[in-house]
Amino acid sequence: MELFFSQILDGLSIGSVLLLAATGLAIVFGLMGVINLAHGEFMMLGAYVTYVVQSAFKPMGGVIFELYFPVSLVLAFIVTGLIGVLLERTLIRQLYGRPLETLLATWGVSLILIQLIRSVSTAMMLGIIVGVASGILISKLLRAKFSLKPFFTYLNGLGWAVSILIGLIAVNIFDKVRPLSKAWFGPRNIDVTAPKWLQGSWGMIGTIELPGLRIFIILLSALLLLATYWFLNKSVWGLRIRAVTQNRQMSNCLGIPTDRVDSITFGIGSGLAGVAGCAITLLGSVGPNLGAAYIVSCFMVIVLGGVGNLLGTVIASMLLGIIQSVIGSGTLLTVFPDMPEAARGVTEFFATTSMSLVLVFIFIIVFLQFRPNGMFPQKGRSIDA
Amino acid sequence: MKLFQRLVPWILLAVALFILPAALDDFRLNLFGRYFALAITALAIDLIWGYTGLLSLGQGIFFALGGYAVAMYLMLNTESLAGGNGIPKFFENYGVAELPFFWKPFWSPAFTLIALWVIPAVVAGLVGWLIFRNRIKGVYFSIITQAALMVFFHFFNGQQKLFDGTNGLKTSTSELFGQLVGSPDMQVVFYRLTVILLPLAFLVCRYFTSGRFGDALIAIRDDETRFRFAGFNSVPFKTIVFLVAGALCGISGALYTVQSGIVSPQYMSISFSIEMVIWVAVGGRGTLVGPIIGATLVNYLRSLVSEALPEAWLFVQGALFIFVVVLMPDGIYGWVTNGGLRSLLAAFGIAKKAKTYPQLDEEAVPVD
Repeated sequence: MELFFSQILDGLSIGSVLLLAATGLAIVFGLMGVINLAHGEFMMLGAYVTYVVQSAFKPMGGVIFELYFPVSLVLAFIVTGLIGVLLERTLIRQLYGRPLETLLATWGVSLILIQLIRSVSTAMMLGIIVGVASGILISKLLRAKFSLKPFFTYLNGLGWAVSILIGLIAVNIFDKVRPLSKAWFGPRNIDVTAPKWLQGSWGMIGTIELPGLRIFIILLSALLLLATYWFLNKSVWGLRIRAVTQNRQMSNCLGIPTDRVDSITFGIGSGLAGVAGCAITLLGSVGPNLGAAYIVSCFMVIVLGGVGNLLGTVIASMLLGIIQSVIGSGTLLTVFPDMPEAARGVTEFFATTSMSLVLVFIFIIVFLQFRPNGMFPQKGRSIDA
Repeated sequence: MKLFQRLVPWILLAVALFILPAALDDFRLNLFGRYFALAITALAIDLIWGYTGLLSLGQGIFFALGGYAVAMYLMLNTESLAGGNGIPKFFENYGVAELPFFWKPFWSPAFTLIALWVIPAVVAGLVGWLIFRNRIKGVYFSIITQAALMVFFHFFNGQQKLFDGTNGLKTSTSELFGQLVGSPDMQVVFYRLTVILLPLAFLVCRYFTSGRFGDALIAIRDDETRFRFAGFNSVPFKTIVFLVAGALCGISGALYTVQSGIVSPQYMSISFSIEMVIWVAVGGRGTLVGPIIGATLVNYLRSLVSEALPEAWLFVQGALFIFVVVLMPDGIYGWVTNGGLRSLLAAFGIAKKAKTYPQLDEEAVPVD
């Protein structure tokens, strides 16, 4: 029975990570109808921010090093949030009202982010800066001279193509310098050691040990959920966000700056993903492909919980986390050793991590047969609700 | 000019059938065979996405099912690969003494030839019907198909005893008609087979997209609610077209497997299934020529980039996704046929300008 409860605790902590990630995704999807396939990569960025902060704190040692984790939580939120805002301003904005195409475009972004983390070096960073700077410069010059000509758009595109070329050349030149060409992270997994106060046990309830890491993650996600709830329901921007979610055109008419609402929402959604990534580093080593492992589960949480409903997201993510850990670890067999032969066969069949995922997804598809809009569907009279 | 236009497809077919095998070496020819096999998948995706508006991110399931069917047939019928019990050797590694029951019919070539497209079709029909009857559509459909893909991926990946898990099934060392499947002579045969089947797949797609059935598909894509309110039930239409696409993907997967020499759960990875969509987007969705161009071009580009700079491919691919979606939603073929080239020339003042009102002049060039 103890094993069973510790597995439940495990499940809750997996569910909490899912919850952290899925909350961001749910807000973005609920508000903007944007399917962000790069969400998993934002988690990955958050994890790498944690790694960088840890490396920066390492030389200081002692008590200060122990404090790196809270700092990295905040920094992960800020960095991924800012990248999210940048992405929204440059790319997502072009694609409103075309959800299927945002899906493809954000997938492109995710591919670029993965490869960027794998091969980024100082040389490459400098090259990117040179490329972007020359692109902006060329585009400015062209605008000053030819902005009224019919071929301006094509010329502008050509200008950007040239500046990409300049950037590539710059990367190749910088690469010749030895210290600049070293990759920052490389394709391998990185390890983040949890601070001492998180390792070990945080006391016992009865005979069940409370592992600090897991409890911390659960508390963290509960706290962030409350913060998100407060932000959406009590703050001014939260009010605006909810208004835009309900009726974009009417909010626009009433003077709510919908484009800024979009940026803020996307930033917060991405920031939450960054925090989730930060929490994931506590559970094991992380690599550039981290996002792919979580993104599908996150979407499943949203589909199961219903869009734009925090309670649904909570229940769905906890449910998925618990099913995954209790069945995937085969704990049911040890807890109920005398179950009937047929049930035993089935449980054994699904008692690996990957097979428990199979079970979870089958469960969701079956569930949707009865509740096609998730647990808590949004009520409305629109035909496409 | 008209005559020339009618002859173009035949010329291309003749080039692909006779000139390419003579001009290219074995390795390149094999690559082109793979591209054309993938083009069939692209056609299938165009059928459901370009014409019906259903963006499936799970076509890899049907692709891999076709591949597994043909790979198991080849492995079963190769004596050199058989272990102690007359079944493929890998089963021994996992202590499986007897062939799992669902593999038994695959001893027969006739059954395999039918199964490699019927099984994917049945699975697609079932999955599609379960989703469509609940009116799940749009991005939800995409997400659910992706989840279904993950179900199959983890199932095939986790069940070593049934499918050899991550290793997949190797066909390059198996034999067909007493010849090694991986040998250059056999590969040319498979290449020719692919080149012949690709136009057939094209004709199948044209059959489904023309006429009243095709009109219904386009109506579903453009406004499903109105289609329903006009008194039609959209479920059978969507199910049928999804089923046909599944069958086409199965055929494509089988052709790809024999030419690449292996089928593994990697064919059901998330990224591969999304890549298939980009072939269609690059070529031009909603046209039947576009996907063929797109699949061939993107995969050729992939080979070129991966050979020169393996690390750069993900950058190029990501940029391609963004570029096509933002700047070229109609794809290459759509851009050309929608007068993209003419408006480009017009912008630079090269094209012929309209003499009268644009509405009156057939050759009018839209300047925007």
